[in-house]
Amino acid sequence: MHFSLSTEMMREVIMDHYQNPRNKREEKDPSYVSVYMDSVSCIDKIYIQMKVENNVLVDVCWHGSGCAISTASTSIMSELLMGKTIEEASKIMEHYTNMMYGKEYDPDLLDEAVVFMNTSRQPSRIKCATIGYRGVNKLINGDDGNDGE
Amino acid sequence: MFDVKKIRNDFPMFKNNEYMQGKKMVYFDNANTSFKPQQVIDAISEYYSKYSCNTHRGDYNLSDLSDKKFEESRKVIADFINAKKTEVCFTSGASMGLNVIAYGYQKFLTKDDEILLTEAEHASNVLPWFKVAETVGCKISYIPLNEKGKLTPENLEKSITKNTKVVSVAHVTNVLGYVNDVKELAKVAHKHNVLFVCDGAQSVPHMKIDVKDLDVDFMVFSGHKCIGPTGIGVLYGKYELLDKLDPLMMGGGMNTKFDMCGDVGYLLPPLKFEAGTQNVAGAFGLAAAIKYLESIGMDNISKYECELKEYAVKRLIEEVPEIKIYNPEIDGGIITFNYKGVHAQDMATLLASYGICVRSGEHCAKLLHNLLGTDATVRASLYFYNTKEEVDAFVEACKKGSDFLDAFFA
Repeated sequence: MHFSLSTEMMREVIMDHYQNPRNKREEKDPSYVSVYMDSVSCIDKIYIQMKVENNVLVDVCWHGSGCAISTASTSIMSELLMGKTIEEASKIMEHYTNMMYGKEYDPDLLDEAVVFMNTSRQPSRIKCATIGYRGVNKLINGDDGNDGE
Repeated sequence: MFDVKKIRNDFPMFKNNEYMQGKKMVYFDNANTSFKPQQVIDAISEYYSKYSCNTHRGDYNLSDLSDKKFEESRKVIADFINAKKTEVCFTSGASMGLNVIAYGYQKFLTKDDEILLTEAEHASNVLPWFKVAETVGCKISYIPLNEKGKLTPENLEKSITKNTKVVSVAHVTNVLGYVNDVKELAKVAHKHNVLFVCDGAQSVPHMKIDVKDLDVDFMVFSGHKCIGPTGIGVLYGKYELLDKLDPLMMGGGMNTKFDMCGDVGYLLPPLKFEAGTQNVAGAFGLAAAIKYLESIGMDNISKYECELKEYAVKRLIEEVPEIKIYNPEIDGGIITFNYKGVHAQDMATLLASYGICVRSGEHCAKLLHNLLGTDATVRASLYFYNTKEEVDAFVEACKKGSDFLDAFFA
């Protein structure tokens, strides 16, 4: 099904998440872990917050400001990772990263996030399309999985 | 005034990068850095192919030749800003210059003192002073900007207290491009015996500068923004102040003697501030850049850039109502704007897909955006080698703002 996604549909999904971002809120609950993601080369500034219970990401939320690509990708990610185990989430992030760099990935695992399949042809936007994922990676593994960034 | 087509032939970047992302390349990111003419590239290459020896170090003729040419370069720069040769110190750029001043002056500051900045300063004119405040325990305050984001002598006058010791502000601000009335600001500061430091990174490339007339105590600029090489810049200071300033960097080439008891004698300015082997090729290149600018004439450059900017602003206002320009009335080549409903970075990416290089972001002046009420802006910055045709391409591309996701799916 994903392979038949037209550019128009991908564009609509991105615009929808940009204009109506999901799970965008600041969580004050101290049981959440959070990370602040920014970069010297980019103006996105995004906080990722999540709550892990029994190895499951029971909630993923975020706030901050960024471009359409970083906003929509983080919004989609929050829905995608919600309720997944850490292992499942890690696998999804691995496939997403592969898609970013034009490597093989399983579109079924990525669901709506496949709308960013074009990013591999837009290297300057990889940072935008991965900001949320790098944040979650940092929360899970202590690093953002991005060499040299 | 001058022949832009002819000038562009001197800049190999235009030949070597005629197209970007499949479209005619338009470089409107000159407030960030500038392209270099062949004359500058040749001067750098000349150092490595014909001189190549260190300065102030050798007992042989070749070294002496490097030395002479290095000092000649200093003279070219000094004349350009109407300074004495002994008041021109080489640095790596404006950032280093401001660090040298802040560090060197902190010994004259105590915890009760106050340093005045504005919210429109570049990070390089904020962070060195933050460090001084942290070390000395003194205070940083901000001179209020007027409703347009401009610094006025009246507001400086009102902000100075009995504790104010230093005012450090940009001559031309890097986000909005306002030309501050530095002469008047310096006068106000001096009336209260306050040191006046001026960041000339965005002014020196675009207008005639006379440090004596402006009566600034210190001024810094970068070579790379004025068609010179990267990694070279200038710190100007009044000689008696340079003499008082502690050097930030210690090492060879800046001392007269030292012994095992720690007794050290420094050379006099400007050499006191030039520890270690200098960027000699950079100095040769910067002198060539300045000669090039002078051959066109700084007044001609200012006038041309203003006209070009006015043409761009007029067309944008008339033809692209979705564009909000934050600084339509400034005298200079900086246009800061946003397209309604489109994030600055998305707009910059869209323009890039039309071959146009602009900068999106906070432009290093992170404080100002609290004042402007926007996270980010797009900045198009023009230079004397830009053309009306390029402005036309820019305006046409701006009209496509709402199609910003096209760039992502291209």
